[in-house]
Amino acid sequence: MEKFIEIKDVSFSYINDYDDPPTKNTVLKGVTLDINKGEFVAVLGHNGSGKSTLAKLLNSINLPESGDVFVDGMNTRDEDKLYDIRRTVGMVFQNPDNQIVATVVEEDVAFALENIGVEPSEIRKRVDWALKKVGMYEYREHAPHKLSGGQKQRIAIAGVLAMQPKCIVMDEPTAMLDPIGRREIMQTITELNSEGVTVVLITHYMEEAARAGRVVVMDDGKILLDGAPKKVFSQAELLKSVGLDVPDVTDLTHGLIRAGIDLPDDIISEDECVERLYQLLKKE
Amino acid sequence: MIKDITIGQYFPGKSAVHRLDPRMKLLLTVLYIVMLFIAKGFLGLAVGIIYMLAAFLMSGIPIRMMLKSVKPILPIIVFTGFLNLFFITTGDPLVEWHFIKITTGGLKTMVFMASRIILLIFGTSLLTYTTSPITLTDAIERVMSPLKVIKFPAHEIAMMMTIALRFIPTLIEETDKIMSAQKARGADMESGNVIKRAKALIPILIPLFVSAFRRAEELALAMECRCYHGGEGRTRLKQLKTAPRDYVALAVTVLFIVAVILLNRFLPI
Repeated sequence: MEKFIEIKDVSFSYINDYDDPPTKNTVLKGVTLDINKGEFVAVLGHNGSGKSTLAKLLNSINLPESGDVFVDGMNTRDEDKLYDIRRTVGMVFQNPDNQIVATVVEEDVAFALENIGVEPSEIRKRVDWALKKVGMYEYREHAPHKLSGGQKQRIAIAGVLAMQPKCIVMDEPTAMLDPIGRREIMQTITELNSEGVTVVLITHYMEEAARAGRVVVMDDGKILLDGAPKKVFSQAELLKSVGLDVPDVTDLTHGLIRAGIDLPDDIISEDECVERLYQLLKKE
Repeated sequence: MIKDITIGQYFPGKSAVHRLDPRMKLLLTVLYIVMLFIAKGFLGLAVGIIYMLAAFLMSGIPIRMMLKSVKPILPIIVFTGFLNLFFITTGDPLVEWHFIKITTGGLKTMVFMASRIILLIFGTSLLTYTTSPITLTDAIERVMSPLKVIKFPAHEIAMMMTIALRFIPTLIEETDKIMSAQKARGADMESGNVIKRAKALIPILIPLFVSAFRRAEELALAMECRCYHGGEGRTRLKQLKTAPRDYVALAVTVLFIVAVILLNRFLPI
């Protein structure tokens, strides 16, 4: 596997100048993490665990206090490569309303391309392509404020996608959406990932994390767990001790195991759970 | 409901006036204003009226909307009308009563000035009725971009206008929410005198401002993530192209101005 993002022993703190004397709040404490090309990584953690800060390190919004971050071989400290880095790693935020700049959908999707200075005919092509990718092509001439939350978030994703980034980092993209919007976004994310885009999904929904190829759990500025969802969620007790939940299905199977029923402890999808229980009942 | 407000006073349509290049429309509006100001007599003004009437009929804007555009400016028209009527004393006297003296000169100036103001309003309204705010912003940026040489922030102004237009509906919606939230907490915004009601707005304005600043910060971050770095080296999705009809419109307008100049010279009534 080819390494795409390398985070090497990174620490980061916010300085609060309003306090007297200024206080320092260290949110990342020596994080080391590699992300491979084409991976779908979910980053879990409760509030204040440093997961959003970690995301912002990936495209030079935050620069590490110590340590280095490499994106596709470029150090994020390298100012000459700033726009190359931001084109490589696109970022989508929580509130779709606060990411949309223009008053017409297609103009907003074109925003990043206009900034990079792409030729108008090429912008047109890429905007149409990005809008079709997220299934919003029919809405290209609509005003964003009249769309639903899920639709707006898809526009925001299209705006990033138009840059043709190799990696998309999403910082809780579904937190402000209703279940339908959440489903739309997850579908879009999995589709993009299947086409080779590296996805880093910051979330606090266990069900979303369960769909990733790899789950990284953060706690107090450090990486607590890192591995396949099955492996991570089987450690239910540890997750609960840092204020996180496990998917409902996992919770259920763990309860059943404790009650003496013979089930594997790494079930994370409902289908799998149903299948196992069905097998068990058939035997009896 | 409150979400559906129209921003500005754009009246969507596909008429010849709508389809003109917005930069040309800006230029034509300026030329039209010049035309009105160089007209010395009623005949010159009549040329302006014909021009306006032609543009208005082509645009397909309902007459009711055009009349509505004059309404806010009515007090000014009446006020200047009275000043002209009572303080200009040229020409033959019509009424003389104590200190009030109305002359033909005063009456003439009053009618002339009032028609000129009304025509001015019609002209600029026609521009905003037939051009969407965003297109207009775009046109302003492009028309002003040569001024960048003297450090005039054309791009920045246009960007600010775009963002303002984009966030008006969002903030209105938010105001609505905050008002409901404060009402649910027992805030009373409908009773009391003016001062009391103004004070009642504070619990709405403060959360609104806080939220607007937070939005601004997040938007700035999102813009940075999308490689925004000012107007330098920026391209645009939509290219404005001047079509033959734009030059026809320009030629016609110039002809009208020439007509006004000739009338000034040879028939200055």
